[in-house]
Amino acid sequence: MLSLYNGALDVPLILKTWYEEEARSNYGAYIPFVGTVRSEDGIDGLSFDLYEPILDSWFEAWQKKAQDKGAKIKMAHSHGDVMLHESSYIAAVFSPKRRVALEFIDEFVEDFKASAPIWKYDLKNGKRIYAKERSTAISGSGLLA
Amino acid sequence: MVRVEFLGPIQKKALELEITNLNELATILQNDKEVSEWLATCAVAVNDTLVSSLEAPLKDGDKISLLPPVCGG
Repeated sequence: MLSLYNGALDVPLILKTWYEEEARSNYGAYIPFVGTVRSEDGIDGLSFDLYEPILDSWFEAWQKKAQDKGAKIKMAHSHGDVMLHESSYIAAVFSPKRRVALEFIDEFVEDFKASAPIWKYDLKNGKRIYAKERSTAISGSGLLA
Repeated sequence: MVRVEFLGPIQKKALELEITNLNELATILQNDKEVSEWLATCAVAVNDTLVSSLEAPLKDGDKISLLPPVCGG
């Protein structure tokens, strides 16, 4: 399940909802990762653009991988502005056993950072500045150069 | 006619072009000062599927997207 929100995520509500959705699904492990905007380099917050068609297909491919291991992924992400100490990202893996979930959340979040079509901007002094130095070219980039 | 969209931080309006493959698009964009500097780091999707070759033929109504470097989370 992929959920997109305008602005900051309501973390307690999302974690509680996901917990309750799977409470009787016989998963032994629920491992969430919550990404929160930190104060650094004088930013007031972050802002995000995303491209849903490819984000959806990227997520569905990972959901199939999770299903092959008897697991399930849930992910929530913001678009628009998210201010300091608010959260923009939650990913969670449910699985029968702890080890699968711990390994899977690591792989999933790493690929998310490298491949998910989401663009980050620093909010600073009223400007929205693309976080170019922290961004990663998607595998296969440069085809048209 | 195909539509070319520039995603995320690339500040460029979509183009409508009469082209039949991505090689032609490469030539056009390499000569476009607004976008040429992005090409080395952009991935390319045709109809929302990432592609790895310039050779696939394009047909009328196709949508091409340029995806610059990403940073979710």
